[in-house]
Amino acid sequence: MMNLAWVVPLFPLCSFVLLLLFGRKWGKASAYVGIAATLLSMLAAIGVLADRLGGTTHEVNWTWMTVGDVTLTAGVSVTALNAWMLAVVAVVSWLVHIYSQGYMVGDERFSTFYAYLGLFTFAMLGLVLSPNLLQAYMFWELVGLGSFLLIGFYYDKEEAKAAAKKAFIMTRVGDVGFFIGMLLLFWQTKSFDYDDIFRAVGDGTLSPGMTTVAAILIFIGAIGKSGQFPLHTWLPDAMEGPTPVSALIHAATMVAAGVYLVAALFPLYEASEAAMMTVAVVGGVTAIFAATIGLVQTDIKRVLAYSTVSQLGYMMLALGSGSYVAAIFHLTTHAFFKALLFLAAGSVIHAVRTQNIEEMGGLWRRLPWTAPLFLVGALSISGVPLFAGFFSKDEILAAAWMNGSVELFWLAVAAALLTSFYMFRLFFLVFAGPARHQGEAHEAPASMVGPMAVLGVLSVASGYIQTPWFGSFLGEWLTDGSYHHEAAPGWIAVVATIVSLAGIFLAWLMYGKRAVPRDWLSARAPHTYELLRHRYYIDELYRWTIVAFVSFVSRLLEYVDRFLVEGLARLAAGIVGAAASAGSRGQNGQAQTYGAVTVAGLAILVVIFALTGGYWL
Amino acid sequence: MTLSAYLALALILFCIGLYGALTKRNTVIVLICIELMLNAVNLNFVAFAKYGPHPGVHGHVFALFVIAVAAAEAAVGLAVLIAFYRNRKTVQVDEANSLKH
Repeated sequence: MMNLAWVVPLFPLCSFVLLLLFGRKWGKASAYVGIAATLLSMLAAIGVLADRLGGTTHEVNWTWMTVGDVTLTAGVSVTALNAWMLAVVAVVSWLVHIYSQGYMVGDERFSTFYAYLGLFTFAMLGLVLSPNLLQAYMFWELVGLGSFLLIGFYYDKEEAKAAAKKAFIMTRVGDVGFFIGMLLLFWQTKSFDYDDIFRAVGDGTLSPGMTTVAAILIFIGAIGKSGQFPLHTWLPDAMEGPTPVSALIHAATMVAAGVYLVAALFPLYEASEAAMMTVAVVGGVTAIFAATIGLVQTDIKRVLAYSTVSQLGYMMLALGSGSYVAAIFHLTTHAFFKALLFLAAGSVIHAVRTQNIEEMGGLWRRLPWTAPLFLVGALSISGVPLFAGFFSKDEILAAAWMNGSVELFWLAVAAALLTSFYMFRLFFLVFAGPARHQGEAHEAPASMVGPMAVLGVLSVASGYIQTPWFGSFLGEWLTDGSYHHEAAPGWIAVVATIVSLAGIFLAWLMYGKRAVPRDWLSARAPHTYELLRHRYYIDELYRWTIVAFVSFVSRLLEYVDRFLVEGLARLAAGIVGAAASAGSRGQNGQAQTYGAVTVAGLAILVVIFALTGGYWL
Repeated sequence: MTLSAYLALALILFCIGLYGALTKRNTVIVLICIELMLNAVNLNFVAFAKYGPHPGVHGHVFALFVIAVAAAEAAVGLAVLIAFYRNRKTVQVDEANSLKH
């Protein structure tokens, strides 16, 4: 099974190509093509994972090209991390494919949507399987392209177009960092292969300074892709895409790519104290920063988007704290519960036709499936004990504590409090209280509820692969048995539990029981409230600095082009034209004039000959 | 001395012909002026054949050729002129300007 790993990404690619060619003819049947392709891909991925669990590894490299004495290879490698990611991505993608069948029904570009989903899934699976940076970079860009197409799927909507461009351009900013870092590594090690790079780090071929620079540059790529501060602003805007896409982007594919990249290059980061510190600080800051913004947003998808940014910050914090396992663990549980939350949010939006949580409420009875499943997701992300999120978040808090960065630890705890608060604010506003929406809300069809139910189960079950009670299976497996779970102080789990329950309780007081007025914060600290509501004015800041600067430069260059370059071209053309019209005025058709000119010319020649005495020669 | 006299006459004839050919508006006059120029040339040929450094018969023969060609030219020129007149109802040279820019 394992030597067939390369076929895993090919199924979605086939689906993409087929749907591109025949999608219009197939219409609604396109969904089955997409679902079947991702099902096969998922089965293959699970087969690979099962093989890998048995302990086999697999790596194939083909020579791609030889330039001078450098040989570039392309290939497929299956490590524990790859196999795990492959399975997570394939499972979530398959469920999203099924869900979309119900959600996107009636859309006139139904088959195109499935084609793009196929491309996106293909890119992510390809990225995961890449054994070298160059190949990873290509798939990385393909992931960016897929997200661009999907976010801008409703391209007749101005916001969707803007969001798609923003996502593409902002991640490109990060990609430049990735690209430069990759070239630095190549320059130093003469290889793009992960293994060669790690060997160079190990034996000192790569100087510590260079290691740090390269690691941080590549991390900039991850910042862009994973929506870390300060390149996070594209992620909430990406909500303009169809909801299943948000689920896919936010759970398993696009944003996970950044975390995956750092995890895949983990030995490089481990070698550099400064790089680790950078990753941890960026992660910790992002976690709390996004969580505070999430408190006051009123769009259901935007709240979830900021929670994604915040959770990704957690993962980065875990990586920076040296706990690769905790990051991948949280990535996995997050993939499931965030996909669940987004799909549930999609189901809510499907039912009430609005995204504004102020216009929802009282949906608990109306949506007998969606509501409990959303609750499961919310409990999981809030880190309530026995749910998956609890175990992974606890792992991250422990990692931050054990790493000795007390400030980051308390930042993460505060972010956990905020997380459970805003998740339950969302829950109470949407599902409890009086109904504020117009019209009748109906539960989604089975094709939408089914995937949600599966994810609901996974949002609980996926936590039990790494618990303090049943052993750390995931950690031992990911690190080939060298994993030693340092006994984190037991009080961390207690703190995490208290914090998450406190968040839920506060949310209940304010939005459930309404014992505390809702405008408590906005009345007491109007400036803070405004600051949060405007997302710290980051977008405005970018608009007035970077965007303004770039558009100033581009306008300047436009004028240079229009007046200087084009002016020169026009001048050249004008001279030729003037000469031509002057010359053509001589062609007046009067044979006698021609004759007179000829005679005059002859006369001049004769005079010259007479003066010089004959031929010059 | 005699040669110079012939050549001076030929020059005067040629210049009169050239002046007429370049300035007259009536095509018939222009054609006549061209004949005048040809005859000035003929006069040169004959004068050189008789009084030139290498007297001989070549100049005479050439003059006869020129007369023959001039006759043909006059015939063709008048034919063109008639065709032109039929089309444009005029024989003015300055109105024959269809080939201008």
